[in-house]
Amino acid sequence: MTEDQQDKTTALYDEHVALGASMTGFGGWLMPLRYTSDLAEHRAVRDAAGLFDLSHMGEIHLTGPQAGAALDHALVGRASAIKVGRARYSMICAEDGAVLDDLITYRLGDEHFLVVANAGNAVRVARELVDRAAGFDAVVDDRSETTALAAVQGPRAEEILAGLTAAADVETVRTMRYYASAPATVAGVELLVARTGYTGEDGFELFVDADRAVELWRALLAAGEPLGLVPAGLSARDSLRLEAGMPLYGHELDETTTPFEAGMGRVVKLDKTDDAGAPLPFVGRAALEARAHSEPARVLVGLRGQGRRPARAGYDVVRRGLNGEVGAVVGRVTSGAPSPTLGYPVAMAYVTPEVSAEGTELAVDVRGRAEPFVVVPLPFYRRS
Amino acid sequence: MADFPAALHYSAEHEWVDDASPATIGVTSVAADALGDVVYLELPEVGATIEAGAVVGEIESTKSVSELYSPVSGTVVEVNQSAVDDPAVVNSDPFGAGWLFKVEVSSRGELMTAEEYAAQAG
Repeated sequence: MTEDQQDKTTALYDEHVALGASMTGFGGWLMPLRYTSDLAEHRAVRDAAGLFDLSHMGEIHLTGPQAGAALDHALVGRASAIKVGRARYSMICAEDGAVLDDLITYRLGDEHFLVVANAGNAVRVARELVDRAAGFDAVVDDRSETTALAAVQGPRAEEILAGLTAAADVETVRTMRYYASAPATVAGVELLVARTGYTGEDGFELFVDADRAVELWRALLAAGEPLGLVPAGLSARDSLRLEAGMPLYGHELDETTTPFEAGMGRVVKLDKTDDAGAPLPFVGRAALEARAHSEPARVLVGLRGQGRRPARAGYDVVRRGLNGEVGAVVGRVTSGAPSPTLGYPVAMAYVTPEVSAEGTELAVDVRGRAEPFVVVPLPFYRRS
Repeated sequence: MADFPAALHYSAEHEWVDDASPATIGVTSVAADALGDVVYLELPEVGATIEAGAVVGEIESTKSVSELYSPVSGTVVEVNQSAVDDPAVVNSDPFGAGWLFKVEVSSRGELMTAEEYAAQAG
């Protein structure tokens, strides 16, 4: 447990302490790692619902007549093509194609976008967006410090949220599509509801003014607990997203990685054009175009453990020796854990292309021992 | 502050050992709580000669791997196979059914009383 004096606390910090959470430093914030048990919190999200404090995430607003055009230039996707009320997963890359962060961009109005960045990257993303929006008629406003974010995730999330939503907004919540958002009043608090998440379950993320976060949090807990909702920490969030095959910046994505290696080439819109059909240059385009047409040196794969011992981030992926010993290194694990839902170890790893085919039998060097793993498609878990 | 059984002796690495012969060894509730949910145990083999303070196994939780140290020197005479099969018992009952292994003790390392351990770990 690292409790760095420098770590910031969210508006919900006192709630976490009162709930008995173990706190941990993450991305410059002191966040709940777990409240009771990682496994119980993970299972609650799969079976009923979990409540997460995600206030460490960065919320950067872009407004103005050219807000969409500025994002088209700044990000690898085409933000200006997002319809009002919808959202899209994207990335911000450096000129050399390296991933600086993965993001969700919500279009809140014709001239209003919300970019949600990872906690550890939020300051840099905001700075890059300011730089990249220069010359566009758009204003970049980093509201990370004054915005809290609570997520209700799990099969009962809709029921829990709808029960707290003002009558006029209930239908909006009930019929909201995945990767959509709308303003709503929940537990008497005006906020932005988005049907997004990072768990592989249905669920909602609620962007709220930090000074209303506590009353919202308490209302969600009180309304959700009879339906099986529990507060859930970063540990459960990590195992949930891993089962769902979702990348975590700093693990599957970093500044040595392009979107293509990460299997995310689809988010790069090399052919994006403006409304008149003219090609749209964007930061990183030249480097990414070159990478798009060459085979990457390494590929992100899913690994399923055939034994019981989990692989961990940083462990070598190796060939299986003839006598079960550790063979030649062919890759590296980026995330790994015992899967609470599936009951066997799962991992994501970068491996060389020749060993990336589904069914390839490999091993992970678990502290000197070759633990057998086999390449499987991602995600490991898909909700039914 | 957690309650630590007064009849046990404690190591700085959060293992406990009793006075019986052979002696039973486990990890404390402090270790179990810090680890999170235990999902895999690697224990020493029966018959192995172990030394106090040396690494004799591993405890894996959902989030991390920790080394298991022996608080005593001697010969391993039994391991808790039901804990190996279902390691959750280490979290639910670390001082009881979640015991790890038994040792015919030749000598003990530097150990603390429950009170001393509570002062350090509490």
